[in-house]
Amino acid sequence: MEMPIPDTAIMAKKALLVDRLLAVLPRDAVIHDEFATRAYECDALTAYKCPPLCAVLPSSTQEVSDVLKICHEMGVPVVPRGSGTSLAGGALPTADCVILGVAKLSDVLETNYDDRYIRVQSGRTNLSVTGAVEEHDFFYAPDPSSQLACAIAGNVAMNSGGAHCLKYGVTTNNLLGVTMVLMDGTITEIGGAHLDAPGYDLLGLICGSEGQLGVVTEATLRILRKPEGARPVLMAFDDNEVAGACVADIIKAGVLPVAIEFMDRPVIRASEDFAKAGYPDCEALLIVEVEGSEAEIDEQLGVILQIARKHNPIELRESTSPEESAKIWLGRKSAFGAMGQINDYMCLDGTIPVSSLPHVLKRIGEMSKHYGLDVGNVFHAGDGNMHPLILFDANKPGDLELCEEMGADILRLCVEVGGCLTGEHGVGIEKRDLMFDQFADEDLEIQMKVKDVFDPAWLLNPAKVFPLKASQSRRAA
Amino acid sequence: MLTPKSEAELSDALKSAKSPFSIIGGGTRPIGRSNASEMLSTSKLTGIELYEPGALTIVAKAGTPIRDIEAALAKENQRLPFEPMDHRALLGTKGEPTIGGVVAANVSGPRRIQAGACRDSLIGVRFVDGAGTALKNGGRVMKNVTGYDLVKLMAGSYGTLGVLSEVGFKVLPGIAATATVTLHHQQSEGAIAAMSKALGSPFEVSAAAFDPASGSTHLRLEGFGDSVVYRTAELTKLLGDLGDITTETNPDKSKKLWADIRDVKALTGTEGNLWRISVKPSDGAKVASILGAVPSLMDWGGGLIWAAIDPAIDLRTKLAGIQGHATLIRGEGFATFHPEPAPLAAVVQGLRDKFDPKGLLNPGLMSDQVASMA
Repeated sequence: MEMPIPDTAIMAKKALLVDRLLAVLPRDAVIHDEFATRAYECDALTAYKCPPLCAVLPSSTQEVSDVLKICHEMGVPVVPRGSGTSLAGGALPTADCVILGVAKLSDVLETNYDDRYIRVQSGRTNLSVTGAVEEHDFFYAPDPSSQLACAIAGNVAMNSGGAHCLKYGVTTNNLLGVTMVLMDGTITEIGGAHLDAPGYDLLGLICGSEGQLGVVTEATLRILRKPEGARPVLMAFDDNEVAGACVADIIKAGVLPVAIEFMDRPVIRASEDFAKAGYPDCEALLIVEVEGSEAEIDEQLGVILQIARKHNPIELRESTSPEESAKIWLGRKSAFGAMGQINDYMCLDGTIPVSSLPHVLKRIGEMSKHYGLDVGNVFHAGDGNMHPLILFDANKPGDLELCEEMGADILRLCVEVGGCLTGEHGVGIEKRDLMFDQFADEDLEIQMKVKDVFDPAWLLNPAKVFPLKASQSRRAA
Repeated sequence: MLTPKSEAELSDALKSAKSPFSIIGGGTRPIGRSNASEMLSTSKLTGIELYEPGALTIVAKAGTPIRDIEAALAKENQRLPFEPMDHRALLGTKGEPTIGGVVAANVSGPRRIQAGACRDSLIGVRFVDGAGTALKNGGRVMKNVTGYDLVKLMAGSYGTLGVLSEVGFKVLPGIAATATVTLHHQQSEGAIAAMSKALGSPFEVSAAAFDPASGSTHLRLEGFGDSVVYRTAELTKLLGDLGDITTETNPDKSKKLWADIRDVKALTGTEGNLWRISVKPSDGAKVASILGAVPSLMDWGGGLIWAAIDPAIDLRTKLAGIQGHATLIRGEGFATFHPEPAPLAAVVQGLRDKFDPKGLLNPGLMSDQVASMA
């Protein structure tokens, strides 16, 4: 993955920059020696590393504003960073940039159960948002797999999803307001505890803009009352296509489960070896979960099981206890780790129309043979958000490149069948150069014009999202 | 009036335009006014392009009548999640509401409090910008973070950033059973407390509205039959100490009640300026006490208030200090849209200049100017 050549003129100003940053931040909030900056050299896309010029850890919106003002005046690029869990390289630094980490901004500012929202600083982790409201039986719905570590700032930047968004939506559907600092240091408030925007939906535009339009320091999030109960059912099929058809029939029947998760044979086998969840030996597994009171769950699962039976499953296993529910989810939740035990892997997240599922799975199987790399599929089937995991050996020369080539082929296939490059991870650097496969030049141009409005000098996370060739003239200006 | 029959014709019309246009769909929601005299209508861009019930996805051209969309969905026992309002009776307009118009005004109904607004179900758009360039954003899948989310930006931008040519939605399964639980003899403060309690319960209340004229607080439950029966009983138990409760289990009567709330029937035919106020739900009571005894209706658990008031009153000044905003839906004397703070106003103007450099699209609309007599 190509990154722009760092600007030596900026790097030459490091001493001055650090002095100015130290004038507005405490000593320990400015990290500038070459060993300490290594801690910020990459995010969860670990194949790419580059220590930044320096990193700053402000502890208030005002400090964020002060930092951005300095960088704006000195023309220094800024890469905002949540917890650094991006799989797409969204927080990858360049050697001439300042990493602006929000880790110190982790407070809960307000909880309001009457109006069902929580206001937090953006460095707070996803899971600890739910943690703050749990004792009142409320929760924050978006649940990315990295929720133990990932920050709300990153969730807003990438518009993160999760397993339960079939029912509850993704970040953008659960975000009510933000405090955001523009690149010139201007502090803005967008949205709040009310539901609709007064004019343009700027909140919707900010969410998913990958830290390129502003730095979000606070967020007002919708919280929901926990359902009375939830129960998963495990369905085993001897054919991917049949499992795919079963998903479509469940959706058509008028039931809306909170989650429909799909695993294929390589993932089932790997997670079974790893987590021993007791999954049946089969080609495809579905985990379908519904919520409500006991009676409501029975009613919904009644409909779902009736549909599943029509597709001749090898096994239908309905949970009868919290322990069994945990076991059904155990294999799915360990899937990534289990695949990681086998080898290094690259995790894609292209989304496809649910109807194309069998075709896409078949084609991925063919590509796997062609490239000689194993692939496992585990994904959110209800909304067509695939997660092909391509196994490769990082120590074997050429394997990463081969894996990336195959990944690009899979993502092109997703676009070809009417889907998109990324459903919840974001573009970052990982999918940046494939953007021309999904968008025409003018579709990208209008998006870059949006960045021109918020950040005319293109200093915020400039080398992400848009193919370098497309953004070249703007970044150089 | 220009009525392009294809996106290509629409694009040509804007490329060759010498003077600005008022952009309309079915013309049933004249909220605010553009100062362009020539009209450009999307009413001839019609037809459902794609409908996959198994994927909960529908894509249609912008001028497609809402009722065609709803009929196609009903055939497969599906629906638009956000229950779009029909403005015709309230605003005294005629014509056929279009799906593009719904998107342009981000029109949502009572279910917005649970299922989100129009913008939350919208998954893709095609539009032509002010330079005549045909553009797309989003697509036909319900999870998509590829590039900036211009889908949301286009929803509620009233045709000022581009003319919509095609829109795609995530839809939901139809509703098997509906019941309405009503609390009687309520004042706004008690009504909001009851609605908060109901919406904060695990019983999946899909709408919560208060009609001050009758003192009734209505709460809607939807889903499978037995589940609705169960939740109705539980909700009644939960709210039992807050007043007299009745339950409407006849689905047609519930449907009629909520269609009237959705279309703000209580304020149809009222005089004066008609305002739509958006606040955090618990501030609804404060707003109600400031408004005093005027025709009004409260939806979204108190977060949405419709009020018809004396045209001489500057409502925004009276509500100063309460977070939220007010839109002048019908009337005169004040800006239609709530003025934005300076840094955001600059962003809004910047976006407008980029998307519509020649100022062809609904000039004057959505900018901070005083509405003239409609």
